[in-house]
Amino acid sequence: MAERKPKVLVLGIGNILWADEGFGVRAVEAFHQAYKVADNVTILDGGTQGLYLVHYVTEADYLIVFDAIDYGLVPGTLKLVRDDEVPKFTGAKKMSLHQTGFQEVLSAADLMGGYPERLALIGCQPVDLEDWGGPVTEPVRAVIPQALTVAVDVLREWGIGVEPRAPGEAVPPLLENDIDFERYERRAESASLSA
Amino acid sequence: MTIQTPNGFNLDNSGKRIVVDPVTRIEGHMRVEVNVDENNVIRNAVSTGTMWRGIEVILKNRDPRDAWAFTERICGVCTGTHALTSVRAVENALGILIPENANSIRNLMQLALQVHDHVVHFYHLHALDWVDVVSALSADPKATSALAQSVSDWPLSSPGYFKDIQGRLKKFVESGQLGPFKNGYWGSKAYKLPPEANLMAVAHYLEALDFQKEIVKIHTIFGGKNPHPNWLVGGVPCPINVDGVGGVGAINMERLNYVTSIIDQLIEFNDKVYIPDIMAIGSFYKDWLYGGGLSGKNVLAYGDVPEHANDYSEASLKLPRGAIINGNLNEIFPVDHTDPEQIQEYVTHSWYKYPDESKGLHPWDGVTEPHYELGPKAKGTKTNIEQLDEDGKYSWIKAPRWRGHAMEVGPLARWIVGYAQGKAEFKEPVDKVLKDLGLPTAALFSTLGRTAARALESQWAGYQMRHFQNKLIANIKNGDSATAFVDKWKPETWPKEVKGVGFTEAPRGALAHWIKIKDGKIDNYQCVVPTTWNGSPRDPKGNIGAFEASLMDTPMADPTQPLEILRTIHSFDPCLACSTHVMSPDGQEMAKVQVR
Repeated sequence: MAERKPKVLVLGIGNILWADEGFGVRAVEAFHQAYKVADNVTILDGGTQGLYLVHYVTEADYLIVFDAIDYGLVPGTLKLVRDDEVPKFTGAKKMSLHQTGFQEVLSAADLMGGYPERLALIGCQPVDLEDWGGPVTEPVRAVIPQALTVAVDVLREWGIGVEPRAPGEAVPPLLENDIDFERYERRAESASLSA
Repeated sequence: MTIQTPNGFNLDNSGKRIVVDPVTRIEGHMRVEVNVDENNVIRNAVSTGTMWRGIEVILKNRDPRDAWAFTERICGVCTGTHALTSVRAVENALGILIPENANSIRNLMQLALQVHDHVVHFYHLHALDWVDVVSALSADPKATSALAQSVSDWPLSSPGYFKDIQGRLKKFVESGQLGPFKNGYWGSKAYKLPPEANLMAVAHYLEALDFQKEIVKIHTIFGGKNPHPNWLVGGVPCPINVDGVGGVGAINMERLNYVTSIIDQLIEFNDKVYIPDIMAIGSFYKDWLYGGGLSGKNVLAYGDVPEHANDYSEASLKLPRGAIINGNLNEIFPVDHTDPEQIQEYVTHSWYKYPDESKGLHPWDGVTEPHYELGPKAKGTKTNIEQLDEDGKYSWIKAPRWRGHAMEVGPLARWIVGYAQGKAEFKEPVDKVLKDLGLPTAALFSTLGRTAARALESQWAGYQMRHFQNKLIANIKNGDSATAFVDKWKPETWPKEVKGVGFTEAPRGALAHWIKIKDGKIDNYQCVVPTTWNGSPRDPKGNIGAFEASLMDTPMADPTQPLEILRTIHSFDPCLACSTHVMSPDGQEMAKVQVR
């Protein structure tokens, strides 16, 4: 039997309208801008879809999740959690706006018989989850490049090919219509200045 | 002391106070406080959304043509419905028309979302209020099979199938992680199903989880991607190229046939799984007819699913439109979103400030200025509320009213309006459910009625999808492939100052966005969402909101296990994410259930 390539999902979750809660989506957006992946890798902006993401998870053999997680650490601290440890963290108190914690998505995937073989959660300690309409805070924004490096290392360790994009390569954006990171934040700041 | 509210409820807050916080298995964060009498019957109810809403602030000065993309992010549940409401508001303001194909495609997307949301809500958020998952472990798979085959000819019904499901569930429960089932009050006396019905429901829980992914493929096909499909002011963003083969993003015959097959599947799922499950559950709970609240008095529906493009009149809308007051089904009042006297939001009991709080404001003139203070009788502190004072400000949700009346919105409200209009497509299925369960019409005004109306609507929506799919294909075959009108796309063609309103029926009820556009940019944007209607606090006259009304006079089997409260609140499919924003300023964790 020919060896099947593992299906990989790189997922960002959270709400971009809600300050540091947007970390996960902004990280996966930046990952997509910066790296080229093979076609067995799916890059997904999961937003606050909660349980609606379960089939993406059951279809994945390997899963990387970017999310803002309250670990009680210094804001802007990145923490990589792997495999069996992941559900313990994604169920942490006050994970996010979406009450269906990602832990429940993983449990549902398990119950459906589609739990990923390998898991990595790249979490970032938020500064502010409650500033509706506010920007991602500086400590969290600053750590996004490092979060991407962590993801690349994990993927390579799993034997998944990932290459930096050529400088100036045109990339179809993951988020459009003024909600991409740059435009969203620029407007948010100028709006708060004029308020 | 008992106080009678103008909308006819007798409130008595002298008994034991029970605090449920947070209410689980909903989108967003909410809290409920009730007082029970010596027989554990609810005599006073206070519902609060502990978050602050602020999309108005985010959208100020942005391009109106992009507003849908922001509103789609407000919450994870009715993404597409907010987007549709937003493009309609902008089109209404600017007088932009859409082609017939775009109308059919938008209806298909909206109805797909309706079915998806109803199925997921029932099986994954609400069924556990009726179904005791742990009891399913003691079911006899053979008897379960006999039960399943007696209610439906759905093929997945053999003893071996249920035995396998039971085995998976057993392994899962024994592993100690209850996962999606962790917030249940398993073993409570308030559960009434026999083990076999519980096992059948658990099997369908898993099937629905698997099936829901097919439904959203309709959004991927017409919206380009999912989650977060694309929308467009002036039409829909997908071009039609009926002879094309594998064209990127374009709708061709192969894709249309795929949509048709998904519609066939979802109709079958509704007919053979969802509806029979509701009837089976209903037959065991038909003497539990609490939770009606406002539904028997005041209901409001905006209407949706226009048969003809650009015609939002009552005659064109397939989901009914109108308001019913004081339970008089013989009179249906017309609803006008632009009339400043009709829809108004009050903040007397909400954490906002108005210059004159005895008056309500129409959303075009809406003001969202937070003002957080607790009433004098509240217990605890601003950052750790032990008990709310409902005489003061107590919620981050505003209180919208229609001509001064608190209204219930949602599937039950829509079906009551349709029933009152005497439309066969609404009246006949309702009468059949009531007849099969041996219940009078009044039984419709209940938690069970709300849950049944949602299932009937899912079924109705499936057949409407088939209608619009056929209409779309016929129109394309006639040579019309237009999906967008772009003649007013450029802001240079717009008037200097305009305003508009867009409305839809979101899965959980009437939704509208009001927009003011000035010099090509958004000047004011106000959303009044379904959970703002249903979850509203009291108003200056003392009318209680729909959630609060629905809890009144319900007996609780055990106040430390507020299953009845969750069952009724969940029956509204509440979504706090868009009606409100984050909890108290410090966002502290609060206790689950406290009895005081």
